[in-house]
Amino acid sequence: MTTTEPAAEPETPKVDRSELGICALLAVLGVLVLVDAIRIPTDFAQRGPVGPKAVPVVVGVALLVVAVLLARDVLRGVRGESETGEDVDLAAPTDWRTVLLLSAAFLANAALIGLVGFPVSGAILFWGAAYALGSRAFVRDPLIAAALSIATYLLFNNLLGVPLPGGPLMEVL
Amino acid sequence: MDSLSQLIDGFGTALTPTNLLLAAIGVLLGTFIGVLPGIGPAMAVALLLPVTYGLDPVAAMIMFAGIYYGGMFGGSTTSILLNTPGESASVVTAIEGNQMAKRGRGSQALAAAAIGHFVGAMIGTTALVLLAPVIASLAVDLGAPDYFAVMILAFIAVTSVLGRSRVRGFASLLIGLTIGLVGLDGLTGQSRLTFGSLALADGIDVVIVAVGLFAVGESLWVASRLRHTSGEPIPVGRPWLGREDLRRTWKPWLRGPLIGFPFGAIPAGGAEIPTFLSYATEKRLSKHRDEFGSGAIEGVSGPESTASASASGTLVTMLTLGLPTTATAAVMLAAFQQYGIQPGPLLFERESALVWGLIASLFVGTVLLLVLNLPMAPVWSKLLRIPRPYLYAGILFFASVGAYAVSGQVVDLIVLFVIGALGFAMRRYGLPVLPAILGAILGPAAEQQMRRALQISDGSLTGLVNTTFSVTVYVIVAVVLAWPLIRRLFPARERATAS
Repeated sequence: MTTTEPAAEPETPKVDRSELGICALLAVLGVLVLVDAIRIPTDFAQRGPVGPKAVPVVVGVALLVVAVLLARDVLRGVRGESETGEDVDLAAPTDWRTVLLLSAAFLANAALIGLVGFPVSGAILFWGAAYALGSRAFVRDPLIAAALSIATYLLFNNLLGVPLPGGPLMEVL
Repeated sequence: MDSLSQLIDGFGTALTPTNLLLAAIGVLLGTFIGVLPGIGPAMAVALLLPVTYGLDPVAAMIMFAGIYYGGMFGGSTTSILLNTPGESASVVTAIEGNQMAKRGRGSQALAAAAIGHFVGAMIGTTALVLLAPVIASLAVDLGAPDYFAVMILAFIAVTSVLGRSRVRGFASLLIGLTIGLVGLDGLTGQSRLTFGSLALADGIDVVIVAVGLFAVGESLWVASRLRHTSGEPIPVGRPWLGREDLRRTWKPWLRGPLIGFPFGAIPAGGAEIPTFLSYATEKRLSKHRDEFGSGAIEGVSGPESTASASASGTLVTMLTLGLPTTATAAVMLAAFQQYGIQPGPLLFERESALVWGLIASLFVGTVLLLVLNLPMAPVWSKLLRIPRPYLYAGILFFASVGAYAVSGQVVDLIVLFVIGALGFAMRRYGLPVLPAILGAILGPAAEQQMRRALQISDGSLTGLVNTTFSVTVYVIVAVVLAWPLIRRLFPARERATAS
């Protein structure tokens, strides 16, 4: 196959080391699945010739194989095509600060929802996420966040019959 | 004619005032979310799923049908006015549609797309009415080995036909299968990959997988590379078509379903291939070939009608075999399971009122879409100006609401975040998302069918290939797998003859 290809490739293949990270992720996942599969006891409750181990073992081995194949590709200079999008600037370097702030806003909601209820934690999530993404309207943002959060709570909890925790705020109101 | 009388009953269900209102709300909500830039139909459907949790199954399905069509239509508006296809189905629409909008013919492009959607959905849903009961009655005879074979075909098809790299496709599929493994084994009740957590014993809800991979993954990915100058949407008036445009569009509208419906029904990745085929066909048949590339209306009406009919084709496979062939259908299957309904050949017997109510509301939703959205297009186009921080903050906000609503547990939010981080990494390194969703949703079902087949054959592997149907399917799988090798032989020969 290589003989029929035009000889000169326009760009020299450059190994992106961070791509090896995804290979490592796949390999770790494979080991995890295999270790977990081996620990499943099969001496009881087995119905049929194929027990609960078989598929995890296949998936685990396949994960390891794909990790190796992908690593081979990466070392040969094949690079994954990052997903494009209208709001995505592929030329820019990864902006970890935004990602971490956004994650913090998201996890704050998870941590607080049981304590202060959805109307408050949801507002924190929205405001925090908008802040992380560069919005700096210090009056408008919290107002929008609070309005959206309370409206969503009322819509889901009272109108659609999907319960959300109201927290102390809704008990007062 | 049996199905006709059932369809009329279905209309009886769909046309009650409450259900009509729900369908209208569904269409508006679906369009509202689908029009937002960066949100494709699959994400729109996943984000809006919790809205229907509190309703009874029939009402929920009716609202859901509206959301589904609204979301699809919203996506084409975005690609025409902003040149941002929300998903692969509207990539082709963006080519000509955006050019038309740039030349001041945005109204006509929107009208061609909307009516194309209407025609495609009408013809596609009619074909669904005629075909689905037939396929369902044939599929009743399918056994465990047949289902297993079809699922293997679906896995292989989405990883091989779509995307640039097979290895990355398979990596994505395996990640999905691993997610699907989490929880108690369906046959023996032993826990797998739960790490002693009770919350994980029930498995990871497919809605959380879908919302995590689509909504959270997309938000994190965009956040990491946010473009600070976002594109300007093109302002647009009320959609309309002149006589000359109508003369040019009616044939593409009618041709679209011929291409779209069959492709939608087979597991080959939904609307991507048929819309390109439709585009190529319209270009070849058009009298205005020179306009292609700079805003030919045939290039909008044909592919849009194709995409919409292909969605109906997808529903045939989904309803009769329980097999989703696109990301949107996968989310719909999750929705069905959420309401405690298992699609498959028996669905038409067991839940006939619900199925025909759903099919009738697909017709109702299509009509509502046209009636509501043509006048409202200028309003929708304003949504394209939403500031990006609010847009993605809102996506994360509703993703959290949706995940929490599944079972009211904080753990689900953590799982959602982990899967979102996975979705981020997959986008960064070019792993397609669809195989992962399909793996997570079909993996457990495929395992069950395989083990059932082997149980019947008492462990002999021949139990997997002892029907004509399954053997046929495996032959197709082999051809799909060997396709790159086969194709490699042909250009070589062509080149040899040319020289």
